Amino acid sequence: MIQHNTPRWVIWLISLAALLAAIIPLPSVIDVLRPDLLVLVIIWFAVMEPRAMGLSYPWCAGLAMDAIRGPSLGEHALTYVVVAYIAHRTYLRFRMFPLGQRCLFVMVMLGVQEALLFWIDGVMGHALLDWRRWLPMVTGAIVWPLVAGVLKTLTSKE
Amino acid sequence: MPALREPGARYAPPRVSTLGLRALALIATSIGLLIVDYRHHELAWIRASLTTVAWPLQSAVHFPSAAWSWLTDAGATRAQLRKENEELKLTARNNQLRLLRLEAVQRENVRLLGLLNATPRDTEKSQVATILRVDLDPLRHRVLIDRGARDGVTRGQPVIDAHGVFGQVTNVSPIGAEIILLSDPSHAIPVQIERNGLRTIAVGTGDALRLSLPYLPRNADIKVDDHLVSSGLDGIFPEGYPVARILEVKRDPSQPLASVVAEPTAALDRDTEVMLIWLHQRVSATEALASQALAAPRDTDAPRTSAAR
Repeated sequence: MIQHNTPRWVIWLISLAALLAAIIPLPSVIDVLRPDLLVLVIIWFAVMEPRAMGLSYPWCAGLAMDAIRGPSLGEHALTYVVVAYIAHRTYLRFRMFPLGQRCLFVMVMLGVQEALLFWIDGVMGHALLDWRRWLPMVTGAIVWPLVAGVLKTLTSKE
Repeated sequence: MPALREPGARYAPPRVSTLGLRALALIATSIGLLIVDYRHHELAWIRASLTTVAWPLQSAVHFPSAAWSWLTDAGATRAQLRKENEELKLTARNNQLRLLRLEAVQRENVRLLGLLNATPRDTEKSQVATILRVDLDPLRHRVLIDRGARDGVTRGQPVIDAHGVFGQVTNVSPIGAEIILLSDPSHAIPVQIERNGLRTIAVGTGDALRLSLPYLPRNADIKVDDHLVSSGLDGIFPEGYPVARILEVKRDPSQPLASVVAEPTAALDRDTEVMLIWLHQRVSATEALASQALAAPRDTDAPRTSAAR
């Protein structure tokens, strides 16, 4: 796979689209399953183009997510930085993984993120004990190949 | 190795990077933000300005459904409009009749409160706000409305709909505000049973059609179809607004507390418009009470407490 510089504005535009996808109204049955596309985008850029954006990118994206939907300011910023850090540290291994293993690894990262969110929510007094909050973690791993495919097409040079 | 080193390929430098350090710094900043957001409401402008930046995005998401409802309104047929008009006239007439009766009751109430030397607790002002069609979080019951600080909305302000208490304002930005609904799992409202005045707390369950009353003893006098009204003890919600109706009372002999489920009277999951209310007079009433308590000489209080003992 040939790596290249994806212009920053493209990355920000993709992130903006992912951000909008997080709050578009959906029927409540699908709504509980809705994966956090923004964190998948962050993982993709951290793994495939680790030098394109630093850690301030996931932090700003997380802050935007907090401003748009989070109950407390800073929680998505924190968890996105952690996820991006894990992805940055493992990107060489991640690229060698077969697809199934990549999905599993994405699920582990989403699980870490959700566990952190769960913990922060509890500390901040917004505890959410519903088991359904863990569902987007699974759907996120399931849609990973699709997201990766779309992002590859969007960022590849013709 | 040459296969990995394709031209244009970019890798992280092999030496130890400052990645971990940068991650730690950003995590510490986030924790700082969380603490500021949680404790220091005087720094609410940080959040307000961020939310203001996010507002165009939220409006953009809201726009298609708003446009659709405008289109269906514009494309309504004459027959539909006439039917709607007739229904509205009927409800207006009925409401007018009820209002006449209520006005009489209110006059009487003011007179009685005057006898008791109490300040009447009236809502000073109300304003209709539209709920944005934006999904914040499927498991949290929070909505955005199109009224904010520039319309005088404040944090902790009560919100009602046509049928009862809806929720309260949690965050305010200049243009919009976030409301937490009664049914949010982290929301609780002090209520009173209309029939006998029994006070308790109704807690959200995460289901828009269910509130739970977890703090009632097994032998509490509560029945199915009892009406719950706000008790006003929290100083947020005005007293006497309908909150919920009891659906189910389970008394398990092995449990000290009854398990009681109630259905909110407000259409929490169906409303498109809600009403914000301002209660300046209630605030002044509590202030008056507080100043009265302060002004009361101590020697009149002392014998009363000793007599009680």
